Amino acid sequence: MSAHTLVSLHPGDTATIVSIHAEEALHLRLLALGFRSGKQVELIRKASFSGPLQVRVGTTDIMLRRTEAAKIEVCRV
Amino acid sequence: MKRIALLGMPNTGKSTLFNRMTGGAARVGNWPGITVELLSGKILLGEDMVEIIDLPGIYDLHGFSDDEQVVRHFLHDNVPDLALVIVNTTQIERQMSLLLQLKQLDMNIVVALNMSDEAKKFGITVDVQKMSELLELPIFLVSAKYGNGYQEVQQAITKALRYPTPGMAEQLRSQLEQDEHIESEMQRVLKHTVQVPAQLSDNLTEKLDSVMLHPVLGLPIFFGVMYLLFQGVFLFGQPFQELIATALDWVRGAALEPIMVIFPQSVQGLLLDGVYNGVTTVAAFVPIIVLFFLFMAIVEDSGYLSRAAFLMDALMSRLGLDGRGFVMLLMGFGCNVPALMGTRVMRSRAMRLLTMMVIPLSLCSARLQVFIFFTAALFSPQAAPLVLFSLYLFSFATAIITALIFKNQFRNSEPFVLELPPYRFPTARQMMLRGWLEVRHFLRRATKFIVAGVVMVWLLTNLPQSAVPASADTFAGMIGSALHPFFAPLGINEQLTIALIFGFIAKEIVIGALAVIYSLSGDALSGAIGMQLDWVQAYSFMLFTLLYTPCLATIATLQSESKQTSFTVLSLAWSLGLAWLVSFAFYQGARALGY
Repeated sequence: MSAHTLVSLHPGDTATIVSIHAEEALHLRLLALGFRSGKQVELIRKASFSGPLQVRVGTTDIMLRRTEAAKIEVCRV
Repeated sequence: MKRIALLGMPNTGKSTLFNRMTGGAARVGNWPGITVELLSGKILLGEDMVEIIDLPGIYDLHGFSDDEQVVRHFLHDNVPDLALVIVNTTQIERQMSLLLQLKQLDMNIVVALNMSDEAKKFGITVDVQKMSELLELPIFLVSAKYGNGYQEVQQAITKALRYPTPGMAEQLRSQLEQDEHIESEMQRVLKHTVQVPAQLSDNLTEKLDSVMLHPVLGLPIFFGVMYLLFQGVFLFGQPFQELIATALDWVRGAALEPIMVIFPQSVQGLLLDGVYNGVTTVAAFVPIIVLFFLFMAIVEDSGYLSRAAFLMDALMSRLGLDGRGFVMLLMGFGCNVPALMGTRVMRSRAMRLLTMMVIPLSLCSARLQVFIFFTAALFSPQAAPLVLFSLYLFSFATAIITALIFKNQFRNSEPFVLELPPYRFPTARQMMLRGWLEVRHFLRRATKFIVAGVVMVWLLTNLPQSAVPASADTFAGMIGSALHPFFAPLGINEQLTIALIFGFIAKEIVIGALAVIYSLSGDALSGAIGMQLDWVQAYSFMLFTLLYTPCLATIATLQSESKQTSFTVLSLAWSLGLAWLVSFAFYQGARALGY
C-alpha cells in the first residue's frame, strides 16, 4: 500500500482517497461532488492526448483534468 | 405576493420541475443584489398567487463560483417565504450536504427528492418518512420529468406557505464553521434512511460510454454526431425559413403594399423596406432557433454534451475553453445566434464570454452565400472549392488566435470538474418547451434592436431624398467615400463599401444590396463584378466579410446574453480590427508578390 495521486491510477483501478490538497474553491467543489478522505474512487477511463479523467465516486461519474486529479492523494486497494 | 425559491445542485432536474410548476409561462427578471437575470413564474397555489424563482444550481452554499455568489446574494437580499430544495435521489449520498446547509438558515423548507424513477431503476431506496422525522422537514419523492408525486409537493408547499417566514441567519458566512456538524449529521440521516446497492445497475450508460468515449472511436463518433446535428438543424430549418419568407412576402404584396399607397413614396419605403424588412429579418431566425434548441435539448439532456467536453478537453483546455464551447463554435458555422445563446450551458462567466468572443468568427451559412456568389464570379470552377475551403480555414484560424489572445483576459477561475450524468432521453414536452422558451427569449430581446438597425440602414441608404437609393449621393455613399482611405488599402471600392454597410444588417442581403448598387442582377451582376474586380480584390473583400461584424442579430444576441455593453463593443471592435488587418495583410501581400 503506497500513496499515489489519482492520476497514477489505471483504468479499472479502485482506490481510497487519503487526502485532498486543493485550494479552497476546488476543495469545496470536490467535497460537494462526494470526494472525501476515506471514500472509494474508481478510475473509469482516461481521455486520449493527456485529456481529462473519468472517475466514479459513489453514484456519481465525474470528469476532471489531470492537473486537478494530481491534487487528490489516493491509496490503491 | 409570497415567493418560493427553487434551490438545488446542478443536474437535479430543477429546471424541469420549474417548468412543470409554471407550465412554461416564465419570464426573466432582475432582482436586487444580483446582476444576472433569473427566471420566475407566477402560479396560483390554493387561493393565492405565488411567485416561483428558479435559482442557478449550486454545489455549496459557501462556494466561490459565480452561481454560488448569485444564490447567496439573492437569499440575502430577497428572503424567500419558502425554499423548495430539489435533490437528485440517485446522488442523495452527497447532495444532502447542501440541504443541511440550507436547513441551518432557518428557512421554510420543502424537499423534493427528484428523479425517483431513476433511483428506483438503480435500486436506491429511501425511507422518506424516517428522513422527514429525522430532519424535521416535509420530504417527497417526485419525478419532475413524468410528474409523479408532484401533487403532494404542491399541497405541502401550499400548507407550508401559511406559516410565517422565519427570520434568516444574519451572516451566511458565519455559518461556515458549523459545516463540521453537517458531516456527521449527514452520515446519521443517510445511515438510517438510504440504501444504495454496492454495484449500480446502470449497464446502459456504461456500455454507451465504452463506445462514445472510446479512445479511438470517440472522436469520429463525436464528429459524426455533430454533423448530424448540424444537418438536422440547418437542413430542416431552411424550408421553414423559406416558407416564412414567402408568407411574409405574400402579406407584403397582398395586404401591406395596397394599403400603403395612401402614403407618400418615402414613407412607404421607410415602413416597408425599413420596419417590415426588420420584422422579416427577425422572423428568419425563428425556425433556426426553435430547431437548434429542440436538438440541443437532446444533446444536453441526454448527457452527451458533457461527453463532448470530455472528448475535446485535451485540445480546448489549451485555448482556455471547454469542449462544450467547441460544440457551440461548430454550431456557429450554421448560425451564430443560437450558438451564442447556447453558451448559457457554461456556468463560468469568464469562459462563457471567451466562447462568445470566438463564435462570431464562425463562417455561418449567410456568409457562405456571399462567398459562393463571389467565387462563382471570379474563380474557375476548379479553383472555387479550394477558395471556399481556404475561407473555412481562415475562420478556424482566427477563432483559435482570438481564443489564445483573450484567454488571459477572460481567465476561468472556477474549478473545472464536470459531472457525467447517466444517459437519458428528454421527453417531447421538454424539447418543445425548450425551443419555445428560447425563441421567445430571442424575440423579446432582439426584435427592437434588429428592427431599429434595419431602419437605420434604410435611412442611410435612402436619404437625402434627392439621391438615388444606395448611390454615392446617399448618406451611406458619403460614409463610403469618407471611409475610402480605410478601405482603399484593402482593395475594396466604394460600391463594395456600401454593400458592407448593408451587410451589417445581415449577410443574406449583401448580394441583394449589390444588385441595387449596380442596378444589375443575377448573371449580369456577377459579370459586372467579375469585370470590375480582380481575384485579389475579391478575396480581400471576402476576408473582410468573413471577419467583420456578423450581423445585427448576432450583435443583439451578444448584448442580450452578456448584458455588458463594454463586452459587445469589445467584440465588435475586435472583429472589425481583425477584418481590416487580415484583409490588409492579404491584399498588400498579394500585390507585393506581383498578383
